[in-house]
Amino acid sequence: MTDATVPPAVARPGLFEGDARTRKRNAAERRFRLYGMIAVGAGLFFLVTLLFAIVSNGIGAFQQTSFTLRVEMREDVLDKPGNRNIEDIKAVKTFAYKPLLRAAILREIEGNGIDTPLSGAKIVGFSSDLDKLLSDGAAAKLRNQVLANPELIGRTVEVTVLASSRVDGYLKGRVTRESIARDKNLDAEHLDLVDVLRGAGVVGKGINTAFITGTDASDARPEQAGMGVSILGSFFMMLVVLLLALPIGVAASIYLEEFAPQNRFTDLIEVNISNLAAVPSIVFGILGLAVFIQFMHLPQSAPLVGGLVLTLMTLPTIIISTRASLKSVPPSIRDAALGVGASKMQAVFHHVLPLAMPGILTGTIIGLAQALGETAPLLLIGMVGYIASNYPDGVGAGFLDPNSAMPAQIYEWAKRADPAFYERAWGGIIVLLVFLAAMNILAIILRRRFERRW
Amino acid sequence: MPAIWLTLAVLALATAGYVLGRARALTSAGGDSRKLHSLPSYYGIHVFLFTAAPALALLALWILVQPLIIERAVSTHLPERVFSGNADRGLVMSDVRRVANGLDLAVSQGAMTTEYARTVRTELTDVRERLGEVGVAVGSDIGPEVLRAAQNYRSLAARGDLLRSLTIAVLALGGLLVSIIRTTRDFRARNVVEQAILGLLLLSATIAILTTIGIVFSLIFNTVEFFGLYPAWDFFLGLTWSPSFGGGSELGIFPLLWGTFYISLIALAVSVPIGLFAAVYLSEYASPHVRSVAKPLIEVLAGIPTIVYGLFALLTVGPLLMRVFGDGGVGIMQAGTAVMTAGLVMGIMLIPFVSSLSDDIINAVPQAMRDGSLGLGATRSETVRQVVLPAALPGIVGAILLAASRAIGETMIVVMGAGAAARLSMNPFDAMTTVTAKIVSQLTGDADFASPEALVAFALGMTLFVITLGLNVLALYIVRRYREQYE
Repeated sequence: MTDATVPPAVARPGLFEGDARTRKRNAAERRFRLYGMIAVGAGLFFLVTLLFAIVSNGIGAFQQTSFTLRVEMREDVLDKPGNRNIEDIKAVKTFAYKPLLRAAILREIEGNGIDTPLSGAKIVGFSSDLDKLLSDGAAAKLRNQVLANPELIGRTVEVTVLASSRVDGYLKGRVTRESIARDKNLDAEHLDLVDVLRGAGVVGKGINTAFITGTDASDARPEQAGMGVSILGSFFMMLVVLLLALPIGVAASIYLEEFAPQNRFTDLIEVNISNLAAVPSIVFGILGLAVFIQFMHLPQSAPLVGGLVLTLMTLPTIIISTRASLKSVPPSIRDAALGVGASKMQAVFHHVLPLAMPGILTGTIIGLAQALGETAPLLLIGMVGYIASNYPDGVGAGFLDPNSAMPAQIYEWAKRADPAFYERAWGGIIVLLVFLAAMNILAIILRRRFERRW
Repeated sequence: MPAIWLTLAVLALATAGYVLGRARALTSAGGDSRKLHSLPSYYGIHVFLFTAAPALALLALWILVQPLIIERAVSTHLPERVFSGNADRGLVMSDVRRVANGLDLAVSQGAMTTEYARTVRTELTDVRERLGEVGVAVGSDIGPEVLRAAQNYRSLAARGDLLRSLTIAVLALGGLLVSIIRTTRDFRARNVVEQAILGLLLLSATIAILTTIGIVFSLIFNTVEFFGLYPAWDFFLGLTWSPSFGGGSELGIFPLLWGTFYISLIALAVSVPIGLFAAVYLSEYASPHVRSVAKPLIEVLAGIPTIVYGLFALLTVGPLLMRVFGDGGVGIMQAGTAVMTAGLVMGIMLIPFVSSLSDDIINAVPQAMRDGSLGLGATRSETVRQVVLPAALPGIVGAILLAASRAIGETMIVVMGAGAAARLSMNPFDAMTTVTAKIVSQLTGDADFASPEALVAFALGMTLFVITLGLNVLALYIVRRYREQYE
C-alpha cells in the first residue's frame, strides 16, 4: 500500500483570467467563427464579382456609336432613267450606295478642315479605306431608306448610320491604339479622324435600342446584332411551357395529393417525379432530339419543340411546389366543404384549389424562370447556330419557324471570334437577368400579397 | 383539313354540346333545376367531355402514328437501286419528305397546280429548280425514284388526312349524340363527369412516368444501335477519345469520365467547405438580421442561369487564371479553358446548393442536443463539431452527393470553360473535356445520326443518366434515413 500522491496544485490564475487551456479553447472558438464569416463573405464576394463582371462588361452593349452624315442621294447613281420607277431603283444594288457614304465622309473632312491622310481616299471602287469606319450594313440601311421613300433621290439627306464595331469599341475603350496595331480592320489614322469628327459632332454614342429590338447579324457585323428575335423565341417557348406545364402539373399534383390511393403505382409516380427533378438537363435535350425530332419529325430549332422539352423539364418543379401548397391548405377546409354536401371533387376544385392558387402561381413562375435560363437542352434540338435574322411572320410561324432563344443567342455570341460579340453576350445576360429578376420579384410579391398563414 | 382547324371544330362542336346538354336536362326537368340529379352545368360538361375528349385523343394518336405508317409504305416501295452507294434508308426518306413538303409549298403558293405536282416527272422538268423558286433547297439532284416516292407520299398523306377528318368527325358527332341521348332528368351526370375528370388527373400524373420511359427508351435504343457498330468493351475501357467522321474513330469513355470526375472534384473542393461553413455560421452564429440578409443573397447564386457562369468562366475567370498561371506567370497553363477554370466556376455555382441543403439539415438537429452540450460547458464551436455535425453527418453526406450529381450533369460551364481536348492528365490547368460537353459536340455537328460518332452521344447520355440517377437515389435514401432518426 502506497500513499496516494497528491498532485501538485495547479496554479489557477483566477476566475476572470482563464488558464492556458481555456484560452486555447476560446481561440479555437474565435477561429471557427472566423471561418464561418469568411465562408459567408466568400459567397457574397463571388456574387458581387459576378454581378460586377456582368454589368461592367455588358453595359456597353446598350450604347452604340453612329455617324450622322449628310448624304447626297445622287440621281445619276440611284435612278438613272430619272422617272422614280420603283423597279429601276430596286435594280440598283447595295454596292452602289457605298460611294455616296464615302463622299459624305470626305465632305465632313473637308468641311471641318481636318488634315488626315484619309482625305485622299478614293470614292469609287470595290473598297476604300473609308469603309472601315462604317458598318457593313450602312449601305444596306441607306438603300432601304431610299426604297421606302424614293422622294429622297436627288436631295441631300441627313442620315444616321452605324459605325463599324472597331470604331464603336474605340469610343467605349474596348479598342485601344495598341490593340489595333495588329488589326487589319482599322488603322491609327482612322482613330485620329474619329477623334476629330467626334469633336465636330459627326460621330457619337447613343442609346442602342436596336440591341433589344433588333435581329441577330452575321459574323462580320457585330454592331448590328440584337436580341429582339431571340426574345420572341424565348417568349413563344415560355408560352408553350405555361400552357402545358401549368395545367398538367396542377392536375398531376391534385391527383397525387388528394385522390391517389396508397399503392405501388402511386409510389412509382412519386419516386419518378423526385428522380426526374434531378436528371441533368442535357438528358432532356437527348430525349427531345430522339423523340420530338428523330421520331416525330417536328421541325428543328422550332420554339414549339424547345417549349415541349422545357415543359418536361419544369414539370417536376411545378408538381413539387404545387403539392406543397395543396398540402398547406388545412384539412378543416375540406371537411367543412364535405360537411355541407360537396363531393370530394367539388371540395377540391371549389375550395382547396383557389386557396392554394397563390402558392401554385409562385411555383410556376419560379419554374418558368428556370426554364427561361436553360441552355443545354436547346443546344441539342438545334436552337444554336441558327442566325435569327428575321422576325417570325405570325403566331403560327412564331411557334414553328426556326428561331433562337435568349440563352442560346448568348452562347452563340460567346462562340464567335470577334470580341465585339462578347460585349453583346454580356449585354444579353443583363437582358436575361432583368427578365429573371422581374419574374422572381413577381413571385415574391404574389407570395407576400396573397399567401395565407393558417 | 389541318389538325389545328380540326381541333377548333371539335371544340366548337363540344361547346355547342354543352349548351344543348344543359338545355335538354333542364327541359326534361320541366325547367326546375331542383328536380335534376346534378347541377345543370354538369349535364353540359358531360356532353362537352364526351364530344371532345375521345375525338381529340384519337387526333393526337393519329398525328403520331400516321407518318410512321406512310413512311413504312413509301419506303417499302422504293427500289433497291436508290440505296446504291452509301446513302442509307433514313437519308433517302428525309429527301423524300423534303421534296414532298416542297411540292406542298409550291402548290400552296400557286407555283404549281395540284395536278402538275402529282404528275410532274424529272425526265421532263428540273424539279429541283422549280422547288428552289419557292424557297425549298434540296441538297442533291432529285432522282425519278425519289420524286415518284414523294408523290406517292403526298397522295397517301392526303388520303390519310381525309380519312382522319372523317373519323374524327364521326367520333365527335357520335359522342355528342350518345351523351345527349343519355341526358335525362335522372342521369347521374356529376358522378360520370367526376369519374372522367379523375381519369384526366390520373393521365396527367402518369406523364412523369411517360417522360422517364421516353428518356430510358430513347437512350437504350440508340445505345444498343451504337454498340452494334462499336464494341461496348472498347467504349467502356478505351483510353483514347478521338472521333473522326471519316471512320476509324476511337471512342473510349475513360478520358471523358476522368475530365468529369476531375472538374467535379475541384468544384466540390470549392463549394463544400464554403457552403458548409456558411451554413454553420448562418444557422449557429449569425444574428437573425444578418441571416435574413445573407441567406437570400447567397441563394441568388443558385438562381443565375448556367449560361452566365459559362460566360463568366470563358471571359473572366479563364483570362484571370491565365495571367497568373499562364506563360507570363507560372507557365503551366496553355489556354484560358481548363479544368481549374470550369471547376472553380462550378464550385461557385454549387455553394448555395450545399449551403441551403446543409442549413436545412443542421436546423433539423434537435435543440435539446445543443442545449445539453452547452450545458456541459462546451463552447459553441465544440458543440458544432462534436455534437451537431456528427448528428447531421448522414444528411450532409447526402447533400454533398446531390451536389456531386449536379456537378457531373452540368453542361454549359464545361462546354464553355473546360476546353475540347479529351486528355488524361493530372495537371488541373490542362484543358480537358467531360461527358456532357462531348454529348453536345457529337450531336450538334452535321454528322449523320446513324454514324457511331453521333450515336456515341446516346451511350454517353446513358452513362451520365445511370451515374446521376445512382447518386440521387443513394443521396435521397441517406437523407430520408437520417430524417426519420429525429422525427
